[in-house]
Amino acid sequence: MSKQGVNPDELSQPFWDAANNNKLMIQNCITCDRLQHPPESECRDCENGELEWKEMSGKGKIYNYVVVYDCPVRMLQEDQPFNVAVVMLDEDPGIQMYSHLPGVPADEVPVGANVEVIFEKLPNGQNVPEWKISN
Amino acid sequence: MATENAPQSMYRSEEGLGIWEHRGKVAAVGIGHSPTERRWDGSRDTSVGALSILALRKAMEDAGVTPDQVDGLVITPVTTTGAFWPEEDPLPWDVIKSYNQTDDPLDGIAKLSAEWLLKNMPELTNVKYTQYGPTCMSNALNVASQAVGDGLTNVCLVLKAWHNLPGRYYQSGPNAHDAIQGTSAIRTLWGAPACSGTALQFAEYCRKYGKTHDMMAPFMINSRRNGLMMPEGYWYQHRPEELTAEDYEYARWIAKPANLFDNDIPIMMAGAYLFATSERAKDMKQKPVYILNHASSEAIPRSLTPSLDEVEAETASTARKIYEGAGITAADLSFENMYDGFPQFHQFHIEGLGYRGIKFGEALDFYQTDISIEGPNPVSPSGGNIGAGRSRVWLHTDSIQQIQGRAGARAVTGVKPEIAVSGGPMPLGGNYTVWSATPD
Repeated sequence: MSKQGVNPDELSQPFWDAANNNKLMIQNCITCDRLQHPPESECRDCENGELEWKEMSGKGKIYNYVVVYDCPVRMLQEDQPFNVAVVMLDEDPGIQMYSHLPGVPADEVPVGANVEVIFEKLPNGQNVPEWKISN
Repeated sequence: MATENAPQSMYRSEEGLGIWEHRGKVAAVGIGHSPTERRWDGSRDTSVGALSILALRKAMEDAGVTPDQVDGLVITPVTTTGAFWPEEDPLPWDVIKSYNQTDDPLDGIAKLSAEWLLKNMPELTNVKYTQYGPTCMSNALNVASQAVGDGLTNVCLVLKAWHNLPGRYYQSGPNAHDAIQGTSAIRTLWGAPACSGTALQFAEYCRKYGKTHDMMAPFMINSRRNGLMMPEGYWYQHRPEELTAEDYEYARWIAKPANLFDNDIPIMMAGAYLFATSERAKDMKQKPVYILNHASSEAIPRSLTPSLDEVEAETASTARKIYEGAGITAADLSFENMYDGFPQFHQFHIEGLGYRGIKFGEALDFYQTDISIEGPNPVSPSGGNIGAGRSRVWLHTDSIQQIQGRAGARAVTGVKPEIAVSGGPMPLGGNYTVWSATPD
């Protein structure tokens, strides 16, 4: 898939730096002991907790998916149709990540299947978490 | 001082607030619409500013109110359908300079400020209160309702306008770049179109309740039929085409299970209403339609996209707020005009409301029954965005017109139009108004 490149910003830098080290890190509120993703400048629950970054196991399940036939992102249009799946993390099913599920044919997504994280290199050298079906 | 967004305290977003303190003391009277167009042709008289002025003047005329009697203006300053002025394109200075300008040259072209309107509507000599209720008409209505009830304005114009520029929407800006910013990339890097969030919820809904995409067809056909009886709407004015089940089922996919018709068509238009205290409204030209309550949903999903559980919890909470503040129950609703753009979430809204007693998972079966304006269970008599184009206005216009007895060919005949609810947009994050033929 011909994804765009990513330029990390201050808020997301730890997430993308971790990806470059083949690790999946998610923001966590120390006070609430609650994960949140995408990252934010403060805890969405308590609004004043100290935030940290926690490494995840990289395991999850496919929660849902759509098949994209008309993509607004120009670089991805040549790959249509393609899957956009929602993965929920084993550590907290409320935390979701998107995936193209590389290798899974369009519209043949096994909802509920176990998946594990892999890392895909983007055109600008940045790694991005992707997901593959677990054995 | 520049107009500001309404403070959060003007929205009724919590359960347990009791009956709205201004229940029945605020009314909608006048309605004004500009013509619709698919896209801006670049001319002065079809700019979003021009359409807005036209709609506001029509709303005053419809109510029989002179401009000097208006003392409030509540609008949504955002006018985009997803199209923004291309950075590389020269500004349309001939149009810009033909109006009284603000500091922003795109004001009146690709956005709209209250200041621009007041500079270009010199007849509004007594406007003392201006406020923004972004980003939908539903927000602006809630703000205007509260403002009139609170005595900040007695006769208030409310406006929502849309610009739509040439080209495919959402395909410019970051989506055309080689690289994107890191935080937004967490959501957008995978290229899911705007309808994908709703399509995901619809897919989960179908799996959970054993429903199929084709079960949406009666709702879509009904909405287009109703929209083709909405003279103010895009399909009526430009493409008077009925929709068949085959049209719907075999349309190309955008993000399966959402197809072309599961997306509303972006258009240019402006819609306006004239609100007043009930006391002032009773002497105006049209029958007042009393506002029994306004309510808001401010929920945001836990992570990237709302789950069906989150959707159902929030629509149920929204319904409790709507009914509690209005002092009514679901049984009091003559009809509903909940938002439908995207149509695949209309069923979430009406299941949350318990409209005609339906429960979660039952709306698509309900769609297979008589949901026409002639029957006892009218669904979306306005035709909504599906039947009239993306305005997020038709649902309110229809609610007012039905109760005023001015809905023409679209008039509900299987029920007496006494109390209605309209609003949206999303199941998580919306604003709602309860309309009534009587103040009590």
